Amino acid sequence: MDTKSDNDVMNIPALGTPLLDVRGLHVAYGASEVLHGVDLKIGHGEIVVLMGRNGMGKTTLMKSLIGNLPIREGSIFLDGKQITYLPAYKRVEVGLAYVPQGRMIFPTMTVKENIETGLFVRGEKSVPENLYDIFPVLREMGSRRGGNLSGGQQQQLAIARALATRPKVLLLDEPTEGVQPSIIQEMAHTLKKIRDNSGLSIMVSEQVLSFALDIADRILVIEGGNIVHQTTKANVDVDLLTRFLSV
Amino acid sequence: MLSGYSFNDLASIFVMQSFAGLILFSVFLLMALGLAIVFGQMGVINMAHGEFMILGAYTTYVCSYIFAQWMPALFGLYFFIAVILSFIVAGAVGMFLEWSLIRFLYKRPLDTLLATWGVSLILQQIFRSTFGAREVGVTLPDWMMGSWNLSETIQIPINGMIVIAITLLITIVIYGLLYKSGWGKQVRAVMQNRTMAGDVGINTERVDRFTFGLGCGVAGVAGAAFTMIGSTSPTAGQQYIVDTFLVVAFGGTESLGGTIASAFSISQARSILEFFLSGSMAQVLVLLTVIGILMLRPQGLFALKVRR
Repeated sequence: MDTKSDNDVMNIPALGTPLLDVRGLHVAYGASEVLHGVDLKIGHGEIVVLMGRNGMGKTTLMKSLIGNLPIREGSIFLDGKQITYLPAYKRVEVGLAYVPQGRMIFPTMTVKENIETGLFVRGEKSVPENLYDIFPVLREMGSRRGGNLSGGQQQQLAIARALATRPKVLLLDEPTEGVQPSIIQEMAHTLKKIRDNSGLSIMVSEQVLSFALDIADRILVIEGGNIVHQTTKANVDVDLLTRFLSV
Repeated sequence: MLSGYSFNDLASIFVMQSFAGLILFSVFLLMALGLAIVFGQMGVINMAHGEFMILGAYTTYVCSYIFAQWMPALFGLYFFIAVILSFIVAGAVGMFLEWSLIRFLYKRPLDTLLATWGVSLILQQIFRSTFGAREVGVTLPDWMMGSWNLSETIQIPINGMIVIAITLLITIVIYGLLYKSGWGKQVRAVMQNRTMAGDVGINTERVDRFTFGLGCGVAGVAGAAFTMIGSTSPTAGQQYIVDTFLVVAFGGTESLGGTIASAFSISQARSILEFFLSGSMAQVLVLLTVIGILMLRPQGLFALKVRR
């Protein structure tokens, strides 16, 4: 659709060999296909925001990347390894982590136990201190049940749980949903800090444009199961993005 | 129903029936623990759970036979070996069943109901072909036979105390496993959200297999305990499965405390009422009470207060 900016993207020098490389991904629920051949690449230390209206395939793409939905066609490479047919827990082993829409905290487990569920894959015993440095509120709430936290706190917990698996790529599905505006800004700041400190790559699906512009190195737009537009932060055309997002 | 008993008689009856209830409680609790873990984690309604108990009972029987035949000097100790073997045999068969059948049915609870019912019929026939349709009983070593006379009218059987001790031990071990160990953390994560547990890197297939094995193994231990209070037949498990489901539904699957309290109240009520009424009237009364309470508290006795 917008081939000029497509070319710009492919020429980003920082991209080098992509960390996450998705080629021609087709995903279907039964007979109805939702993703019709999605291609996308994420470089080392890059923050990519996936935008699109409801029902365009954002969550489906996220779920198929982590392994919660079977892939009909296409392939996914992470750090040069083919992970297309691996179950979710093996993808986590290779280096993917996932914060789902609605956060999916284990409700009757304590905050500390919730974070610890992410440690098993690396065989670690205790929660790394730097996680508590990023999210101090989780240290204070350590013995509260996860289900009793507020939306914003649960979001932090879900991110901490994902980071405990020491990922190379962090997938976040609509992290701003159900979180108050003041916390959204703080979250953008925190995510950038995490990227700067640990060098991991982040892919966020999002509908809030201000958050996307705040955090993104690159923005992709998904519509009707295809990536229809890509742009770097520097070349972003806000009017065009707004048109993609308006109903 | 109380006429004709003096106060002293009643007190003695009450104590002894309570103790008989405690033995029943032990069997119920061991059965229900296994069933609650398997049902809670996997949503699998295991109709063959009673047969796993009987598998443990037959293992104990075989064990006592072998000891009596070839190692009479060590006969006094056979029960402890039998408990361990029952756990291993029932657990191994359980893991095999999970691997060969159950794991294909996780998203179809009704099908697991049918499939495990089929498994229970197959196991019953295997028992019948191997051990015969007639009931078998184990011989107890002498030191387990006697009873401890608390007063002239109150006698507490020694084998009952052993069964209760083993139950206590196993409950504590399971509590420790579930709430204090890393493995337990993984089990609880899978129990609450299987998909998400996989997404944070927990090997859900392995957790499922071990959990199912553990549940069946504990049923096997229940079977070893069962040989102390009843004789073993291929279909004896059927009589316990309904009560066990009752215990699990009444207690709720979320906490061990609920299962324990529920097993305790149901077995005590049964045991004490049975002395004064007929067995089936006692059963009816208990059932009606449980249904009444479940109508008021559908989530079971103990449910945790959290937002979901």
